[in-house]
Amino acid sequence: MARVVVDVMPKPEILDPQGKAVTGALDRLGFSGLTVRQGKRFEVEVDGEVTAARLAEIRDAAEKLLANTVIETFDVRLDQA
Amino acid sequence: MADTVKNAARTLDQPQPWAELGLKEDEYLRIRDILGRRPTAAELAMYSVMWSEHCSYKSSKVHLRKFGELTQETPVGKMLAGIGENAGVIDVGQGYAVTFKVESHNHPSYVEPYQGAATGVGGIVRDILAMGARPVAVLDPLRFGPLDAPDTARVLPGVVAGVGGYGNCLGLPNVGGEVVFDPSYAGNPLVNALCVGVLRHEDLHLAKATGAGNLVILYGAATGGDGIGGVSVLASETFDAASDGSASGLGGPAKRPSVQVGDPFMEKLLIECTLEIFAARIVSGIQDLGGAGLSCATSELASAGDGGMHVNLDQVPLRDSTLSPEEILMSESQERMMAVVEPEHVEQFLRICAKWDVLATVIGEVTDGDRLTIDWHGETVVDVPPRTVAHDGPVYQRPYARPARQDRIQADGVDVLPRPVGGEELAATVLRLVASPNLCDKSWVTDQYDRYVRGNSVLAQPEDAGMLRIDPDTGLGVAVSTDGNGRFAYLDPYAGAQLSLAEAYRNVAVSGAQPVAITDCLNFGSPEDPDVMWQFSETVEGLVGGCRELGIPVTGGNVSFYNQTGETAILPTPVVGVLGVIDDVSHRTSVGFRRAGEEVFLLGDTRDELAGSVWADVVHAHLGGRPPVLDLDHERRLAELLVRGAGRGLFSSAHDLADGGLIQALVEASLRHGVGVRVDLGVADPFVALFSESTGRVVVSLPADRVPELIELAEAARVPVRRLGVTGDDVLEVEGQFTLPLSEIRAAWQAPIPAAMAAAGH
Repeated sequence: MARVVVDVMPKPEILDPQGKAVTGALDRLGFSGLTVRQGKRFEVEVDGEVTAARLAEIRDAAEKLLANTVIETFDVRLDQA
Repeated sequence: MADTVKNAARTLDQPQPWAELGLKEDEYLRIRDILGRRPTAAELAMYSVMWSEHCSYKSSKVHLRKFGELTQETPVGKMLAGIGENAGVIDVGQGYAVTFKVESHNHPSYVEPYQGAATGVGGIVRDILAMGARPVAVLDPLRFGPLDAPDTARVLPGVVAGVGGYGNCLGLPNVGGEVVFDPSYAGNPLVNALCVGVLRHEDLHLAKATGAGNLVILYGAATGGDGIGGVSVLASETFDAASDGSASGLGGPAKRPSVQVGDPFMEKLLIECTLEIFAARIVSGIQDLGGAGLSCATSELASAGDGGMHVNLDQVPLRDSTLSPEEILMSESQERMMAVVEPEHVEQFLRICAKWDVLATVIGEVTDGDRLTIDWHGETVVDVPPRTVAHDGPVYQRPYARPARQDRIQADGVDVLPRPVGGEELAATVLRLVASPNLCDKSWVTDQYDRYVRGNSVLAQPEDAGMLRIDPDTGLGVAVSTDGNGRFAYLDPYAGAQLSLAEAYRNVAVSGAQPVAITDCLNFGSPEDPDVMWQFSETVEGLVGGCRELGIPVTGGNVSFYNQTGETAILPTPVVGVLGVIDDVSHRTSVGFRRAGEEVFLLGDTRDELAGSVWADVVHAHLGGRPPVLDLDHERRLAELLVRGAGRGLFSSAHDLADGGLIQALVEASLRHGVGVRVDLGVADPFVALFSESTGRVVVSLPADRVPELIELAEAARVPVRRLGVTGDDVLEVEGQFTLPLSEIRAAWQAPIPAAMAAAGH
């Protein structure tokens, strides 16, 4: 079974309070010089072959449900691993 | 390479994107006239956001001035700050002052419901904070399209979660507001937010930059590229649902989103940090950053002060180092404040900010001159008279005219609509109306809000007003209620505004508090439409006339235009927030019947007034005729009676009659504690008695032995009083008509919103 990964990230210009909190916590733990932006990753198991049409369909699904495209961007790719 | 003042003076004929920034040609020419040259890109950005409808009130100003003619005192004291400040402040006695204001965040909440609503709460909380007050409560009047519309299933849960998420994280109780459904709000929900703050008189702070040499400090979150052009593009133009609201024309690197993401935990730090700074008495002027961001804060502070201001934009902490100066000036990044501080206090200021983990940076100073100058990379990119940006913007006398349709609307009365006859039909109508979206239980919404955090909420929804204890020793408190009836306002905007005012006023009085002042959020369609402008003008006249008669001031508020989908404007929706004062919150009255065997009375007269009613809407999908007749002198006397009665502990309960009429009030009073009621309508037409929405009425319950006191008070106040019946049992009985078990009413009343949300997968 093939796997498609959808990565969702807050748009670069959008404030990312979670990433900011993680950045602050890392610094307090002594991990300095690290700036984090936090997104989310969806692993989508796909029945059958992942064709270009299938990928387009998943992209459509990501746009409708997995990402809030007003404030987030997303990337859809075939997981080769 | 930034566009400097020098460069602008050399390249006078360079074309500029003023139209894309929302400016009109004559406005652009006026800017050139003021400056004697073309504006730089940064100046153009500042003028475009500050001269937007949202910031400049250019269409509404000529009307809003009438609020200034009203008394500047409340029945209990002075107004300490009024219209034009971040929020109005009134004296409530015992050395305390209260500040409150309602604002809109409508369009952002349509584009991104959660963040739009959340940042709406954040914005009004900072307004209240900027007055020197601790924010103590919020209320959210919300309006959506039909409950079963697909888009409502997208917008409503997001808005409610956003209001709850932000307010709950801040630790602010949400004690009231409204949830209203109407087709006119589909595609243009109304998300209004009211905040109440408390301060000691001596803590009052104002937004002005005074004292040359004093330093300008920007503190709070870093500035990013979010929300650029929000006020000019998103809030001030006819709203295109298909657009993502991006500002263009700046030649920026990417299309920028006009919505912002809020961080309530940052705001909480900002609140506590700011209050500690106030307590240290080291601030000479303060302003929050909201719409129009730094453009607004710098120009308003400088304009209201006694000199000029110089800012070095390179000092502004950025989240994104690629931002251009015009983008930095227009950014609406949340959770930022600006303070003016004397040099000797700066170190202490920065130390307090560091303690709270709040970023604080000196970005400029107050100057001797009368200019606002801003440098970027060592060159001047802004050199303007601040008043021309902040206060002397364009003023429009928009044409307005009573629409031709108004006569037709008013002539289309309800007399022809078939009415229910007999007990069985009346009972069926009761069950149908309690299960209609506007009358049903709103717990699905309000249960997502924390009502009791901070421990001072003595009344919260579903009470008629929210009430907060201010002083734990004396029991001094305030009550707040918001109301707006767009259907009545559509039938007659003047009367509709007064009816909304009277309802909020009555709701406060019902709780036992003396109503003392109002704030308003005026939500309308496009001001370029003379019909809409007429509705607006009538609304302002109505509020001015109403407040004058009630003897209370307008302390401030907000105007939201361009609320429409395509060519169709929303119902004219003035939301009125009334604040009341109660000497001791232990004397409050709540809405629910408390125990069996108590006497139930109706105060006020009932007439055959069903135009614009919930019955006409739900049963006949009808909106026409004339709204109920209002007698403000009666409202004032009724309020006096309620406040005096509450002070003596006369009432076991008191509930205002509004949407849905007497029967809805009885249903709500019965369901509150599961104590039913048996009423006798006498010779009155039972349908009119139960469903009419005549104003100026209240249902009260009290022990039998105190009835003579009520009669005496009512006679003294010249308020009609009539015995309805007695509380008890778990039924609602209208003698000679029908008996409905409370369980059956409750089931119908509770079902609609959870069912609609479940159907949509929430």
